[in-house]
Amino acid sequence: MLKIIHMKVNGKETELAVDDRESLLDTLRNRLGLTGVKKGCEVGECGACTVLVNGEAVDSCIYLTMWADGKAVLTVEGLKSPGGELSLIQKAFIEEAAVQCGFCTPGLIMTAVEIVGTGKKYNREELKKLISGHLCRCTGYENILNAMERIVDETYRATHR
Amino acid sequence: MYDIKNYYEAKSAEDAVEALSKDPDSEIISGGTDVLIRMREGKDAGKSLVSIHNIEELKGVSVEEDGTVLIGPATSFSRLTNDPFIKEHMNVLGEAADTVGGPQIRNTGTIGGNICNGATSADTASTLLTFNAVVVLKGTDGTREIPLTEFYTGPGRTVRRQNEICIAIKIRKEDYEGWQGCYFKYGKRKAMEISTLGCAVRVKLSPDRKTIEDIRLAYGVAAPTPIRCRKAEDLVRGKETKEPHLTDLLADAALLEVNPRTSWRASKEFRLQLIHELCKRAMKEAVLKAGGELDA
Repeated sequence: MLKIIHMKVNGKETELAVDDRESLLDTLRNRLGLTGVKKGCEVGECGACTVLVNGEAVDSCIYLTMWADGKAVLTVEGLKSPGGELSLIQKAFIEEAAVQCGFCTPGLIMTAVEIVGTGKKYNREELKKLISGHLCRCTGYENILNAMERIVDETYRATHR
Repeated sequence: MYDIKNYYEAKSAEDAVEALSKDPDSEIISGGTDVLIRMREGKDAGKSLVSIHNIEELKGVSVEEDGTVLIGPATSFSRLTNDPFIKEHMNVLGEAADTVGGPQIRNTGTIGGNICNGATSADTASTLLTFNAVVVLKGTDGTREIPLTEFYTGPGRTVRRQNEICIAIKIRKEDYEGWQGCYFKYGKRKAMEISTLGCAVRVKLSPDRKTIEDIRLAYGVAAPTPIRCRKAEDLVRGKETKEPHLTDLLADAALLEVNPRTSWRASKEFRLQLIHELCKRAMKEAVLKAGGELDA
């Protein structure tokens, strides 16, 4: 059944008519054209569809859109500045060559946003656990961890001066 | 699009019970990390869903005046792990919750779903058994309280009726105060894994930390349902921590109470070995955490 919901998507108040059987993944991709949210396994294993709902990373493929009614949703498209400049996290991924085919990248970046948002410092082992909900089939994990480590350190130092 | 017949977003626990009663073919969805996957695989396709996802009264941890802890069933694993009270008084439960799936799953999956699914592999179930947790169910005739030890009736089956919802998981003060515990999960990989075997041991030492005043042992995947090993506990209760081969005494006795099966994940023989070894390691860790010393 079609239902009207309200979400704040990437900072913008959005009113939408959605089917109540829809996943947030399908709503974001098909109704809002946010194709940075990738459709991978569709069973919550690969993490490619990760977005933030009220600041928490969730697999949008196993998250019903109805649950996001009244909440704030952030996708990779929402990270760039109004002037179109990439965020520090995105830049770190580029600088560390943490992107190969790029399919896992938007999801991993959203998890990085959640991690950086905690304001805590994490060592490499802890970071490995924190990204364990993502699969990179190019197996470029080393560079992804380098980027994560870099951005976590930089942010921590910037806020604890 | 999911193959859902009818979808209803419940406004309160009472509202959910009413909606479930109206449609006997409906089931509850909370975090959705199991229900939606079963639906995707076709197992639960075409069912009606009553969602309790956004009911705030079913979330969070609260403590009553007498120290009894009430865990809201719709509390996500990550909220549970990070809850200040859980961290301070029942850290082992937070640690067990932190072994479920991966970070995103733990942000949506709930402890109530973990229990009400009836899965023997539920990571929080064995630990909750060692807390003597009680499941509070709400139905059309009011509420009833079922000890977790009597909650499971078989693989994937519990005493919960179709139109009942879990409104709290209750733990008494004497079951957490002064205890220390450890949960070990064995899986083929470190994350995104259903446990091959899970073992929880909790101990309460005497004030001089030389005697095991009380001990509790529970397993996941060691039988068709999560189980407590009371006979093994009885053997070790009251013993001095320094008694030789104390962990072997517990682990040997546990082997007589379990009933693991062979599945594609592991053979019965391998599970029996895990049941013995993880028990020893978990007991050792629990005694160390409690400030005691073990001979073995």
